[in-house]
Amino acid sequence: MDSKTLIMEDRQNCVCSQSDLVKIKAQDINFFYGKQQALKDINLDVLSNKVTAIIGPSGCGKSTFIRLFNRMHELVPNTTLTGRIYLDGQDILGACVDPAEIRRRIGMVFQKPNPFPKNIFENISYGLEVNGIKNKEFIEGRVIESLKKAALWDEVKDRLHDSALNLSGGQQQRLCIARCLAVKPEVLLFDEPCASLDPISTRKIEELILELKKDYAIVIVTHNMQQAARVSDYTGFFLLGELIEFDKTEKIFKAPKNQKTEDYITGRFG
Amino acid sequence: MCLLKARQGCILPRPPNMENMIKVKERLYKWLFTILAFASLIFLVGIVIVLFKEALPIFKKVKALEFIFGKFWYPTYDPPEFGIFPLILASVWVSVGAMLVCVPLGVGSALYLNEIASHKQKAVLKPLVEILASIPSIVYGFFGMVVLAPFLQNLLHLPIGLCAFTASLTLGIMATPTVCSIAEDALSYVPKSFREASFAVGANRWQTLVKVVIPAAGSGISTAIILGMSRAIGETMTVLMVAGGAAVIPKSFFDPVRPMTSAIAAEMGEAPMGSDHFHALFAIALILFLITFVFNVIAEAISRKYRIKLGLSG
Amino acid sequence: MRKDIAQKIGFSFISLCMFTTVLFLFAIIYFIGSRGIKVISWEFLTQAPRNAMTAGGVAPAIVGTLYLTLGAVVFALPLGVACAIYLNEYSPKSYIVNIIRLSINNLAGVPSVVFGLFGLAVFVKFFGFGVSILSGSLALGILVLPVIISASQEALLAVPYSLREASLALGATKWQTIRKIVLPAALPGILTGVILSIGRVAGETAPILFTAAAFYLKGYPKSIFSEVMALPYHIYALMTEGAHPEQQTAIAYGCCLILLCLVLFMSAIAIFIRQRQRSHYYG
Repeated sequence: MDSKTLIMEDRQNCVCSQSDLVKIKAQDINFFYGKQQALKDINLDVLSNKVTAIIGPSGCGKSTFIRLFNRMHELVPNTTLTGRIYLDGQDILGACVDPAEIRRRIGMVFQKPNPFPKNIFENISYGLEVNGIKNKEFIEGRVIESLKKAALWDEVKDRLHDSALNLSGGQQQRLCIARCLAVKPEVLLFDEPCASLDPISTRKIEELILELKKDYAIVIVTHNMQQAARVSDYTGFFLLGELIEFDKTEKIFKAPKNQKTEDYITGRFG
Repeated sequence: MCLLKARQGCILPRPPNMENMIKVKERLYKWLFTILAFASLIFLVGIVIVLFKEALPIFKKVKALEFIFGKFWYPTYDPPEFGIFPLILASVWVSVGAMLVCVPLGVGSALYLNEIASHKQKAVLKPLVEILASIPSIVYGFFGMVVLAPFLQNLLHLPIGLCAFTASLTLGIMATPTVCSIAEDALSYVPKSFREASFAVGANRWQTLVKVVIPAAGSGISTAIILGMSRAIGETMTVLMVAGGAAVIPKSFFDPVRPMTSAIAAEMGEAPMGSDHFHALFAIALILFLITFVFNVIAEAISRKYRIKLGLSG
Repeated sequence: MRKDIAQKIGFSFISLCMFTTVLFLFAIIYFIGSRGIKVISWEFLTQAPRNAMTAGGVAPAIVGTLYLTLGAVVFALPLGVACAIYLNEYSPKSYIVNIIRLSINNLAGVPSVVFGLFGLAVFVKFFGFGVSILSGSLALGILVLPVIISASQEALLAVPYSLREASLALGATKWQTIRKIVLPAALPGILTGVILSIGRVAGETAPILFTAAAFYLKGYPKSIFSEVMALPYHIYALMTEGAHPEQQTAIAYGCCLILLCLVLFMSAIAIFIRQRQRSHYYG
């Protein structure tokens, strides 16, 4: 089966409309920490130029799930994963696939802003450097471009050589986004990006996500349902390692099919 | 086709052979670190091999039991006598004496740092203790020789200042910071909730300390004591300078003695390489090594158990 | 109340312990400082000994100690850091880690004189380096290896895990992450370890007794295969050999003061670096 037919097949059993392009396809995912099962039989599609939100109470496996997409789960010893994950139809879990390449194509922003203890410029150029790019002009151009895209350029353009640790929390998080953008990924994973930010910074990040949607497929994990409602096009609800429901965001929030989803949305538990 | 598109979509193509180079480099570094990481093990095994190899010849001439329990150490007589019991006894006396000094001082200081000292006091006192720990043993030996020994001799009307007692005191001072900092660590691991529970039932600070905190930190403190003992028994320069150096079975605490370490340090220079004396000194070192090895293993076992007990990760 | 009296007595006792401990530190510094300072002069620091050790300076011993210390650090630093990197970053199978950890702990507990014997048997005899700077440095290096490993490990542990994640998530390889992110962030901590180990090595005597040290040499060492004078051994020799105890003791005071100053200086730098580093990472 070649990748194209795979994608065709995807479209058929997908909840989305025909015109959307499946960027990442997760198929029959089961994941274990030691012997404890963290994810059960999960099937989910991430579409290009759409924001997919993953919600659920803490400990439901939502962060674990998106970490599979760029193979960050491999950093944790003693785990087992079965199932397939396709990026543009290419199986990314295969042994001959270089995780570094996958991680370059799928960027990730973490819960807590984690800029490197370097200056702002170096933080962003780092991703280029480790990927073997030495051309200084190119790097400089890309740094500026990324900072502009992450809506941070105006705030830092005069102090590119200051330590990144002196930025505020929200600025640091946007710096981390810019850092991802610099390597030109195709997908952006956000793992509760606003968990440690104030409301104003949160809003800026959300606006940024809506802006970035034009160029990237975006997955965002959040425990904040309003946030999911505000930024996402599709929403998946996770509970105890299972994907309970996955649909267009409006449907999930207005007319959920599953009782458990409704209970969670209406705040009856969680 | 889609695969192709994906490749083009990745706007960061690495130079074609870079991919392979990076992989080779990664593997190379991993191997390098793995090999270098085994250095400690290799040195430890090397030490064991060397000690056994150089010590064994003496046991062909003297039975192991006679060597350990023999009462006379006359390695240069004709015929020589290789009985290291006086040396072992000296080591034990001096170390036990040192423990009598450093356990109360070290644990007491740790309790002070942990229970009484304010933040400001702690910020001054802890570095002071660390400095005391970093003073070289030769300086302690010198201090014991020129300051403590004459002082004690006058004070206690001793026939000779350089004796087991002075050596114990010097070693004790020296081991105090070791005991103090390990015990302090152990005390700081005791969860706050233990204390709060005790205060909540009306115990005062001292009762809490004696009945709750010290038992909870007990195995940590015993680790500290064992490691202090291990350090005292293996210490060389201090006892070499202060203990007096007589290789006879001590009759009192105020007799000069020759612990195992100082016998090695003092005599190795004169023992012809490959002679019985030479091998005998290596045999002493072997016994010394085994003693400290046992101490360390016990300390390790206790501290591991203790960490599990308090729910700290290994 | 009785329990309050018990508390008073108990607290007085532990205060007394703390006081005594600190008192000893100041006693050592006072006695050695006050008598050592009288001997120390420019000549003392820059001249070779004269008149059978009763006059002149101790410059060759200072130089020898510097060589030995430098040699030991050059040997132990790469090994120690590499070992710490392996244990911390490459998280291999746990039984291997346990074996290595156990051997590090035990190596740290080996009596210093045993390192001297090991050096004598292996470096001096077996490899034929003779009594030399090289043999002494190697013996000292092995002695100080556990110190450097544990300091480096602590420093690596203090680097937030999220930095490694961020780097790997950008497509960096493990080694790139270690070299460009982890090691630079851990550098101050590793430096502290090195500085403390310098203090330790400079004062060690037993390992160099039979591997490197000479009581008296005419000039300075010419190569790494020469014998050297070293400060700590010089103190020992001054106190136990020779025919002029009075003058020799005075010189020994001076040597002790130099060693003490070196150690205090190193500790001060280490404490300074550590305190500056505390406020380094987020919040």
